Amino acid sequence: MGLFDYFHANRRSAEVAKERLSILIARDQIQRNQPSFLPQLQDELLEVIKKYVDIDQDDVSITLDREDDCEILELNIALPEKPRQRQTD
Amino acid sequence: MTRIIVITSGKGGVGKTTTSAAFAMGLALEGYKTAVIDFDVGLRNLDLVMGCERRVVYDFVNVINKEARLNQALIRDKRTENLYILPASQTKDKEALTIDGVEAVLNELADTFDYIVCDSPAGIEHGAFMAMYFADEAIVVTNPEISSVRDSDRILGLLSSKTRRAKENRPPVKEHLLLTRYSPERVLRGEMLSVKDIQDILSIPLLGVIPESEAVLTASNQGVPVIANRNSDAGLAYQDCVARFLGEEIEMRFIDPKKKGLLSKFFGSN
Repeated sequence: MGLFDYFHANRRSAEVAKERLSILIARDQIQRNQPSFLPQLQDELLEVIKKYVDIDQDDVSITLDREDDCEILELNIALPEKPRQRQTD
Repeated sequence: MTRIIVITSGKGGVGKTTTSAAFAMGLALEGYKTAVIDFDVGLRNLDLVMGCERRVVYDFVNVINKEARLNQALIRDKRTENLYILPASQTKDKEALTIDGVEAVLNELADTFDYIVCDSPAGIEHGAFMAMYFADEAIVVTNPEISSVRDSDRILGLLSSKTRRAKENRPPVKEHLLLTRYSPERVLRGEMLSVKDIQDILSIPLLGVIPESEAVLTASNQGVPVIANRNSDAGLAYQDCVARFLGEEIEMRFIDPKKKGLLSKFFGSN
């Protein structure tokens, strides 16, 4: 590593730190502000959907965004390519 | 009207106890009757930094449990008039602090003291919660280092939701940012987050910047709060902070690199 690279790497470390922190703290704050019922809502929705479609925990994501005074509950469900009908006996 | 100030940070080792000792002594030197309480039950250290460890007989938990009266446990600082220390218990655990117990002690102190400085333990557990619960103002001690900044942000979240002021819908705890262990030279080289970077991220008013300083270790070695050292950069920086806290407008010092002489520029000495 040349002298130039050495200084270049150093110059950037504070910038890298700031960028990482800004992203991290924005995410922390979103998580902190979301109502506590969201994880439970996610679990219950998953149970209902599971009755009909074969999906995993990771296939359902819920986020709550706030724009001005409007709250948007976003629900994302990734369905498997060939939905398998649950057998009933 | 007594003001309760919590010195907090989330992360450990950033300078809460150093700041508590310096700030409490600074307020006392300005003529305000000040008590500083160590909330770090089980890991008491404020008495060491204040140099009164051999005079501890009773502690905070003894007073809460009514095993001692408050004025038996309060230690009067020998150097500074108006300054009293309430040490933590070294043997009990943090659960010994109860909301009612802490409130009773604070109420009794409020009869005679102008300022009560609460030295919070690290973390966001019971002890830290007790230290912040009754606060009117908070000094959030932060190092220019990512984990410290993140933890400070977490603490700010708790200050705005878990304190008595938040629960009672009163005006929020007044927040102050105190940057410690700051090295302007490293900031200039792009190796350290700058004052502005950290203010951008935490967006609370800046109370002051304490430069990285050998005087801090020397002061704790000797059991003399660093603010008493009027020849040190850290001591002067703490004095500025206390003055700003009391409403004076003072320009920030120690945030620009020291100007080097021509010789030291050539030979690289500091």
